[in-house]
Amino acid sequence: MSRPALLRFVVFAIIVMAVPLMPFVPSFWVTLLDFVGLASLVALGLVLLTGVGGMTSFGQAAFVGFGAYATAVLTTGWGWSPWATLPVSLIVTVGAAVLIGLVTVRLSGHYLPLGTIAWGISFYYLFGNMKSLGAYDGISSIPPLQVLGHNLLDSRSFYFVVWGFVLASILATANLLDSRIGRSIRALRSGSAAAESVGIDVWRAKLLVFVYAAFLAGLSGWLYAHFQRAVTPGVFNLTVGIEYLLMAVLGGAGHIYGAILGAGIVVVLKNFLQDVLPVLFGAGGNYDGIVFGILLIAMLQGAREGLWPVVARRIGREEPRSVVTDSRLPAREMTATGGELLAVKSVRKEFGGLVAVNDVTFEVGRGEIVGLIGPNGAGKSTTFNLVTGVLPLTGGEILFKGERIDGLSPARIAERRIARTFQHVKLAPTMSVIENVAIGAHLRGRAGMLAGILRLDRSEENQIFAEAARQIERVGLASVMHQPAGSLALGQQRLAEIARALCLDPELLLLDEPAAGLRHMEKQALAGLIRRLRDEGMSVLLVEHDMDFVMQLTDHIVVLNFGARIATGAPAVIQRDPAVIEAYLGTAA
Amino acid sequence: MDSTIALFLIQDGVINGAIYALLAVALVLVFAVTRVILVPQGDFVTFGGLSLAALEAGRTPGAIWLLVMLAAAAAVMDAFVAAREGDVGKAVRLLLRNLLPALLIAAAVHLLAPLRLGMAVNVLLVIAITVPIGPYLYRVAFQPLADASVLVLLIAAVGVHLALTALGLVLFGAEGYRTAPVISGSFEIGPFFVSAQSLLVLAATLILLAALALFFGRTLIGKALRASAINRRGARLVGIPTMLSGRIAFAMAAAIGVVSAVLIAPLTTLYYDSGFIIGLKGFVAAIIGGLAAYPPAVAAAMAVGLLESFSSFWASAFKEAIVFAAIVPVLLWRSLTTQHADEEE
Amino acid sequence: MTILLEVENLSVSYGRVEAVRDVSLEVGTGRIASVIGANGAGKTTLLAAIMGLLPCRGRIMFDGQDIGRVPAEERVALGMSLVPEQRDLFGSMTVLENLELGSFRRGRAEISERLESVFALFPRLRERRGQDAGTLSGGERQMLAMGRALMARPRLLMLDEPSLGLAPLIVRDIMRTIDELRGSGVSVLLVEQNARAALQIADTGLVMELGEATVRGPAADLIADPRISELYLGRAVEVR
Repeated sequence: MSRPALLRFVVFAIIVMAVPLMPFVPSFWVTLLDFVGLASLVALGLVLLTGVGGMTSFGQAAFVGFGAYATAVLTTGWGWSPWATLPVSLIVTVGAAVLIGLVTVRLSGHYLPLGTIAWGISFYYLFGNMKSLGAYDGISSIPPLQVLGHNLLDSRSFYFVVWGFVLASILATANLLDSRIGRSIRALRSGSAAAESVGIDVWRAKLLVFVYAAFLAGLSGWLYAHFQRAVTPGVFNLTVGIEYLLMAVLGGAGHIYGAILGAGIVVVLKNFLQDVLPVLFGAGGNYDGIVFGILLIAMLQGAREGLWPVVARRIGREEPRSVVTDSRLPAREMTATGGELLAVKSVRKEFGGLVAVNDVTFEVGRGEIVGLIGPNGAGKSTTFNLVTGVLPLTGGEILFKGERIDGLSPARIAERRIARTFQHVKLAPTMSVIENVAIGAHLRGRAGMLAGILRLDRSEENQIFAEAARQIERVGLASVMHQPAGSLALGQQRLAEIARALCLDPELLLLDEPAAGLRHMEKQALAGLIRRLRDEGMSVLLVEHDMDFVMQLTDHIVVLNFGARIATGAPAVIQRDPAVIEAYLGTAA
Repeated sequence: MDSTIALFLIQDGVINGAIYALLAVALVLVFAVTRVILVPQGDFVTFGGLSLAALEAGRTPGAIWLLVMLAAAAAVMDAFVAAREGDVGKAVRLLLRNLLPALLIAAAVHLLAPLRLGMAVNVLLVIAITVPIGPYLYRVAFQPLADASVLVLLIAAVGVHLALTALGLVLFGAEGYRTAPVISGSFEIGPFFVSAQSLLVLAATLILLAALALFFGRTLIGKALRASAINRRGARLVGIPTMLSGRIAFAMAAAIGVVSAVLIAPLTTLYYDSGFIIGLKGFVAAIIGGLAAYPPAVAAAMAVGLLESFSSFWASAFKEAIVFAAIVPVLLWRSLTTQHADEEE
Repeated sequence: MTILLEVENLSVSYGRVEAVRDVSLEVGTGRIASVIGANGAGKTTLLAAIMGLLPCRGRIMFDGQDIGRVPAEERVALGMSLVPEQRDLFGSMTVLENLELGSFRRGRAEISERLESVFALFPRLRERRGQDAGTLSGGERQMLAMGRALMARPRLLMLDEPSLGLAPLIVRDIMRTIDELRGSGVSVLLVEQNARAALQIADTGLVMELGEATVRGPAADLIADPRISELYLGRAVEVR
């Protein structure tokens, strides 16, 4: 956390802890705030899962249920003391989350939230029909929590426990987001392709955030059980799961304090609706459902970013991150043994019946700049995707330093120090340029989730950001380092992608149309940079339409047309090749 | 289990499966045209069935209030857009065009309900109430989100479901109803003991599926709907308004919901929230069909019906848990076979 | 000469990035205007905005009417058709169905008459009428996309990269067809990366660079301009 952020947290913590001490705050409100705290924990997990990781879940209520039932069974059936059940509750929830996550996290797009609806309903019926768990009546007479021999029976004393956990969770979540693992989670939103291209194991990152969110939900469930002193399958209910999601959407998915705000609004509003509206309209209604449903739709239509950004604008802007420039990541040597660096041998790719890449063969030597050119639709980008493992080959083989790399995942290929940029820029638009670039150094760091949460990763983080800053300066974007990546012109975004790729410390760099959208001077600067990289021993394979750029820069050119290689050779040779002239100009030479 | 029980379970499964098939087809239709995963599809069934029950008892169905409220909301939204463009005349026209039909239907239903005009009229009245709810719902909840991702539309659909179910409780109460069968009587066909209503379910399903096939294969408007589903921008470029396709798709989904309601209401007791569970089973089937193809969705619906009826025999307490848990491996298989699903978002 | 399409100071932004900035252009009735420029210069964005597929600032007049608030579907009814870069065909529907839908706004009555004129222009489509659009070759797809647009009897036909991914011979055919269309009174706005092919049939030309219009003039002048030919007519691949 940066200094102003920490200050804000401390102020928030003091206010939160002072509320129940005020004599004029009625117990009713304290109780309500206890529920806000319980809901905040779940919403906080959802903010991470949905807002940051891009995975929508309607099923968080199930994890609350796991946490609650675990302690209910152990305390009432086995006579455990409440605090002793805390680790067990959390282990049960995390275990369930890992199992469910292994299946669910693989679901793509809208299948994921549908999956969460399905298990949300399944668990409700499952627990409702288990006689050993009290069926639909649930389990009651759960003992209260004890602190220093005192039973926490009233909502005022319970308040400090709940909000203590909430504050700790806010701190942990903020630290996590500002760490190596946190960045890999945030990178998920810009699409898995970019994350994988720098070596992030996307499934692992998704599972991590899924389990983390479940952990917070389980914690909330454990607290809930000892606060309500009873649990029923109602805690599993899909409607409850939808309400948690509403909190995250309302507060602003992706903002930590948005979770608290959303939880506060929903809990207070629900209480108001359940108490007041039936009196106005007559009993028997479920008016909170109507209002929440409409509220959810209205938020999506009118303020999809949620309410927190509106509040945050009044509180003040985030400070740019300070960069300690004297720390450095250890750079690795270019392996200098002989032979070709990359060998593409008779590579073939078919989509349905269409041959996109037709038995193409070429090599990239060490310290060589190779250009891949051809008309639109000639198969250049497809070839890139084959080399980087984004697409599986239909035939042929690809060797890197003599080792077969076809069939490896993009992340494994990145581990072999092959970095790339994309034709359609893939940056996280709301993250700053330097944070985007720092994602590129993922494989060069080691800090795990726990180190991130406990801030044990600071020296490594400083090194990573120093490296990111260095690469940003190299591509000439130092002046916009702290701006959101989405605010840059397209050409600059391409340069930022190059900086991200360089953070991987690659031996082979693949650039997909790096000069598109650049002005003349910027192109010259880029050409200079690519030459310097070559002189340092890096090899570059680039796709580019600007013929001047390609001809002056490359050592060697491969020309594709309709998926097939029609020519290869030095630029001077290619310029005179009749087949190339025919393909480009459509007039006989 | 002996063969009699097995045959009975199969019959039961096939009949439920036929209903799920109808709902699955509606879900596929709506998703293909609008990208909305219509979680509240089952709520159309509830509103249709409970309205029919109310009319049978000579009461005015509460659903007319939903119709009027949605029409009013749509009228205000349309008029607001027109007024912002500075076209007051158009604003007034849109206000009336949205509101008048709904008010007329509501008034007619209110006047005719106490007369108990019999099954046929009741069914027509239910159609008149419920079918327009579809396009109004599209206008109010989904049209403003037409450019949003599938995910956002899904969250909105869940919101609509939440509101509709809660509203169902207010409008119809917590009590469950079962309507009189459209045709009564039963037959013995070989070892089967079949009720006429069950046969009606099967026949109606087959006719409706055939009619849909004809509609999509032969009519220009049907083809336009298919075109919107295949390529949204292509459809706009030939002049098919996205809005129109959306409203038609929702009207058809509501109509299919009403038909399912008329078919199922005599066979099972409907509560304000039963539609959701019924709809979700249609969902399981629709998703097996990838939300894109009708024949696999229909086949899958039959499978869901059978799975349900057999699991109710072996483990009746867990039958819902089993049916919904079955969706997860299907979803998994779907997302592993559909490539680049997240790229399209 | 009357002016059919007049665009004034059109700008389009994606988020904070301006993809098209202050571009003005006009297309005369029965004329071919072409827009050339490199990949990413904003040509496709410009066409999409004129068609009403993207929100934009500036003024768009079609046949003397300000159509800024008219949605894309209604612009089709007014007589504008766009053949997009991706063709956007209905892949799992037949060629005939694709064409029928092309005259969605014209009604059933006109379909058979329009079909005949489209088949006369592209005899290949008549042969393929029962085949799914998704199974066509690249050239046939382009023909179908153009044929579908012509089914609406447009007064302005906008073509985005019609030569994209096509063999040189087919490109020549397509260009010849566009030339013929002008003869029948259709105005054409042609966006092309294949600048030479485009300028050879066009009356006027406009060069776009990084979202801005940099050079404009009669097509013949642009071809003769050494700077243009250096940048866009493929000097790097010299014909010797």
